[in-house]
Amino acid sequence: MSRTPLPYNPKILELFRNPKNLGKMKDATVTAVAGNPLCGDMIIFYLKIDSKDVIERASFESYGCAANIATSSIVTEMIKGMKLEDAWKISWKSVVEAVGGLPSVKFHCGILAVGALKRAIRTYYKNKGVSPDWLMKEPTFEEKQAVEEEELAEILSKRMKAEEEK
Amino acid sequence: MIENIKELLKAHEGLKREVYLDIENSSTVPKEVVDAMLPYFNQHAYGNPTLTHKPGWEAFETIMQSSQKIATFLGCKTLEEVNFTPGETEANNLALIGTAFLMKDKGKRIVVSEIEPLSVLHVADLLNKHGFTVVKIPVDGEGFINLEKLREAVDKETILVSVSTVNHEIGTIELVKEALEIVKDKNCETIFHTNASDAYGKIPFDTRDLDVDLATISSYKILGPRGIGALCVKEGVTINRILEGQIGTQKLWPGVENTPSIVGFAKASELAFHNFEENTNHMRRLRDKLIDGIVGKMSDVRLNGPEGYKRAPDNVNISFLRCEGEALTIELSLNGVYVSSGSACTRRLLQPSHVLVAIGRKFIEAHGSILMKVTRYHTEEDIDYVLEVIPKAVQRIRGIVGSMEMK
Repeated sequence: MSRTPLPYNPKILELFRNPKNLGKMKDATVTAVAGNPLCGDMIIFYLKIDSKDVIERASFESYGCAANIATSSIVTEMIKGMKLEDAWKISWKSVVEAVGGLPSVKFHCGILAVGALKRAIRTYYKNKGVSPDWLMKEPTFEEKQAVEEEELAEILSKRMKAEEEK
Repeated sequence: MIENIKELLKAHEGLKREVYLDIENSSTVPKEVVDAMLPYFNQHAYGNPTLTHKPGWEAFETIMQSSQKIATFLGCKTLEEVNFTPGETEANNLALIGTAFLMKDKGKRIVVSEIEPLSVLHVADLLNKHGFTVVKIPVDGEGFINLEKLREAVDKETILVSVSTVNHEIGTIELVKEALEIVKDKNCETIFHTNASDAYGKIPFDTRDLDVDLATISSYKILGPRGIGALCVKEGVTINRILEGQIGTQKLWPGVENTPSIVGFAKASELAFHNFEENTNHMRRLRDKLIDGIVGKMSDVRLNGPEGYKRAPDNVNISFLRCEGEALTIELSLNGVYVSSGSACTRRLLQPSHVLVAIGRKFIEAHGSILMKVTRYHTEEDIDYVLEVIPKAVQRIRGIVGSMEMK
């Protein structure tokens, strides 16, 4: 286990100190969770989507580091007023760019935020019972990464339980 | 990158107080220590101690005097028992690898506790890759090593046992004397090493009384300069060098001696042992004020490690549930309180502190852990300030977690 310097940039610091769109949304159309508290890295998105599939409002809650908080917050800013089809095109790299760059060990935070967004969009259409042709069937890179992190948490947790039982 | 740091630092402007509690990872060096070191850079004893000129002889005299001071505080038989190294990490590496190199034909088994610092655990893992067998002894919920498991683990093949005197993260004062007796009883040839970096200058620690073979001490952990430590090797015990080059006064570590840092280490030792009782009582009082002010007053918090006299006088380690540690260290920093966390987010892997996991803390508890160490220089007012800042910081970070369910 090693440590690495984390010279967070002013944009991340600002979003950490004054996160935008923070908090539970009571009238959310759809919510999606990604990550796992065992990894110390978990976020939830709340989206209010109108009848034309446009994101009216977005908010988040986060259990994680400053990069996790900042990337979640910026995603809610980026997607506000966006059509779901356009929000779907947001990549983790564009999120990292939007927060002014991240130390490479924190890329997974941006990936997790986009993974959660894509999950929310998928869930919305699943609940609605429709499947637009732009919504690809196979999971995107970010969704796969989110699943991988969650599975890692499960493995670690199982390993710990096994140790306890020993 | 540099621009980012400038902005981060600017965000700290106008702090009404700053309290540095991250002695685990680096320390502030008191002015008295710095003043003691300064002449040795360019006025006195700046020569190489093995050379035949005045600055060299001055350096030799200075290093001998510093070794003698530290040897006396440690209860060593002779000053030759004190071997300076560039730090705790190097001294631990020297103890493990140096013993393994020398005794590889006598046996291949190495026994360590599972809460040793990484400079012991990772070295043990390295030796494991080179044909040695490593046994890691579990600890209980307070971090005390399981002595029965230790007894079972030591056999005729065991060349080395390493158990810290005080755990660096949770302050557990191990029963090292008992552990050593068990080990020697099973195999009198086994070398016993203790990392005493968090014991030296903080709790009574005497190598002669303990009769330990190898003991690591660190300068910065007693507020001396960084970049200097020592491995004390009991008279009659031999280990191999792990680096080669020009050997001078330090038979186990080649290279030119760092005289100013050695002087600083000796001065820091003097200060730590001057009014030792008073200093450690002061630390214990501030430690308990900090613990009581948090654990007694806040919800969903948990003290990691033992209480009272079973705990090092300076160590405070607390888990804040529903609060991620890295975010909390940043929030505290922005309010002038400098601490570290056992969270995975401050590390490269997603696994949190191995010490907290070993004492049975759940990952969520470990991710929200904060480590603080008080010194004799901290004041009641410092602690009052920390106790004012922490609840607000925790409340803000918990506010970001909001209503999220944590399974």
